[in-house]
Amino acid sequence: MNDRRSELEAAPWSGRTRRYDLIKEGVAALVVVTIATVALSTLFGSPDDKQITFKEWAVAAPADFYATTVQELAGSSGTGGYGAPYNTASDGVNLGPLHLAKLMGVTHPVDTVNDFVITPLTTVVNSGPVADALKQWQSSDSKTQAAWATNYDNALTKANQDATKVPSGNYGPVPQLSGGLLSMAQAGSLDGALLSQGNYFQSDNTKQTLFMGDGSYFNDQSTASNLQGSTWGMMNETGRYPGQAWLWLYSFWYQIPPFNNGDSHPFGANADAWIMVIMGALSLGLIIMPLIPGVRSLPYKIKIHRLVWKNYYQEENL
Amino acid sequence: MSIMQEKEMWTSKLRKSWQKTLPVEKLLPDTQPAYVASWIYLFGVATLASLGVIIASGIVLAFEGASWYHYSNVGHFINSMHFWSVQFFFVFMVVHLWGKFWMAAWRGRRLLTWITGAVAFVASIATAFTGYLIQTNFDSQWISYEAKDGFNSVGIGSRFNVTNFGQMILLHVAFLPIVLGVITMIHVLMVRAKGVVPPIDAFNAELGERK
Amino acid sequence: MNLKAVYIHIGWFQMSVTNLIIVIGMVVLFGLALTLPFPGNSKGNKKGKGRK
Ligand code: HEM
Repeated sequence: MNDRRSELEAAPWSGRTRRYDLIKEGVAALVVVTIATVALSTLFGSPDDKQITFKEWAVAAPADFYATTVQELAGSSGTGGYGAPYNTASDGVNLGPLHLAKLMGVTHPVDTVNDFVITPLTTVVNSGPVADALKQWQSSDSKTQAAWATNYDNALTKANQDATKVPSGNYGPVPQLSGGLLSMAQAGSLDGALLSQGNYFQSDNTKQTLFMGDGSYFNDQSTASNLQGSTWGMMNETGRYPGQAWLWLYSFWYQIPPFNNGDSHPFGANADAWIMVIMGALSLGLIIMPLIPGVRSLPYKIKIHRLVWKNYYQEENL
Repeated sequence: MSIMQEKEMWTSKLRKSWQKTLPVEKLLPDTQPAYVASWIYLFGVATLASLGVIIASGIVLAFEGASWYHYSNVGHFINSMHFWSVQFFFVFMVVHLWGKFWMAAWRGRRLLTWITGAVAFVASIATAFTGYLIQTNFDSQWISYEAKDGFNSVGIGSRFNVTNFGQMILLHVAFLPIVLGVITMIHVLMVRAKGVVPPIDAFNAELGERK
Repeated sequence: MNLKAVYIHIGWFQMSVTNLIIVIGMVVLFGLALTLPFPGNSKGNKKGKGRK
């Protein structure tokens, strides 16, 4: 654009003016928006699907809870193999050669064996067999523990998560420990123990959320409410309420190739990182849009502005 | 005190530059250029009004605590107001953004007005997101579980832990609203200081162009 | 509003009817804002100096 025009556009307006009451306009806007908000709130309320507790999970889907507990002991759960920021089990997601998560390190250490299973079990009075199992576990070395848990995890998977169909084997105290945690969860005492981890004040739900996410129950509930990221879930809300429609572009990338290609494909497996980068770049693009050639000329080419200023253009014969 | 000394004072420097860029006549004028005559100009104010309702209902929720609305009818109503005013806020802001884009409202040294607006948009999304995380219901459980992967994937999760309820509630009710509030204030004050941008074709005659 | 949501699903595109209403609402608002006549008579306008 030429400098002279920019100069004129920046200068204080010296043309015709009209009376305009900014404060009245602001008050009117506030009144109208308040009334509209009260109306919608009265008519529709707001979404509030009850939170899922470990008690609910363990009662409604005991086999799933039990199998998840075994996976936590064996380290084969989603959290167990996550990598940074929770542990060093894997390199995690990458942007080509860049492993940003790994680079930032394990800032929120999560030990699925102790944080999810053993420590909570030590906070309650356990039945004889569970107490004995706990003693056996605690007096064994980590190699033996891992072998027991992995053996049982594999056997349980083969038996389709049906503990009664698992053939006998070298499982150590793993079945008793998992059964103990199941009873504890069903009684409702795991919820508090997972959060507090032996403390009084606690406001970090990371461990609960990771454990719950490792099971199928939580995921199935989300699928039923259409909240899965692979089906635009980011934009959706429970019930018929409006969701975060402003996340449409963020959600969009997850629906198309190469990002929806699944975990065997490098872009599918690392979609989270690539999409974060894309959205970061696009957000920056929005912020500096007036500087981007081509985009910034669009308003001059598609003359929607003639509608905005139609009266003025008419009056001034422009 | 000599005039020389007065000139060097920081206080007087600030006062003078303030008076020059934003005298109260510019802040609260009773006229606007004749071309300010379209409903599209109301969407900035409507966004601001929605933000007002969001903040007012949010303050009530903050006093009662994050779980109040699950068991109190009044609480549920206030939560509903918070929820719907956020929907209005985004609807108005997006229409506002579209309007300003098609008016190329960054012309005439108004680039920073656009930039502060766009930063407000991004900050609003961050603020709303943390709000969804502290609903203390199934939705917030799920969103925190899903969203952690996005932030973890680029290392942000090491500092911004969406599954940490305590961190999210503090960011949502303190840090992010302050950031959004300050950016919004700068944005609106810049509009007042610069005046409403003239129509794209307003100076064609001066510049010797036809139509 | 706590009923099961209804979705429009075409190929990879999927959106809840509620979200769709809001998006269409935004486009309609934008269209109306540009086309509806703005109240206020131009007779009350003051002539500025230096402009035709
Ligand atoms: C927190 C959200 C926002 C609020 C409260 C807000 C508020 C306002 C208000 C009250 C005005 C003056 C009245 C009007 O022209 O509508 C304005 C002007 C403006 N807004 Fe925003 N806005 C917000 C977000 C945005 C966004 C996201 C953008 C674009 C990226 C934007 C760009 C602009 C521009 C360029 C102007 C100046 C227009 C001119 O000089 O005529 N704003 N805003």
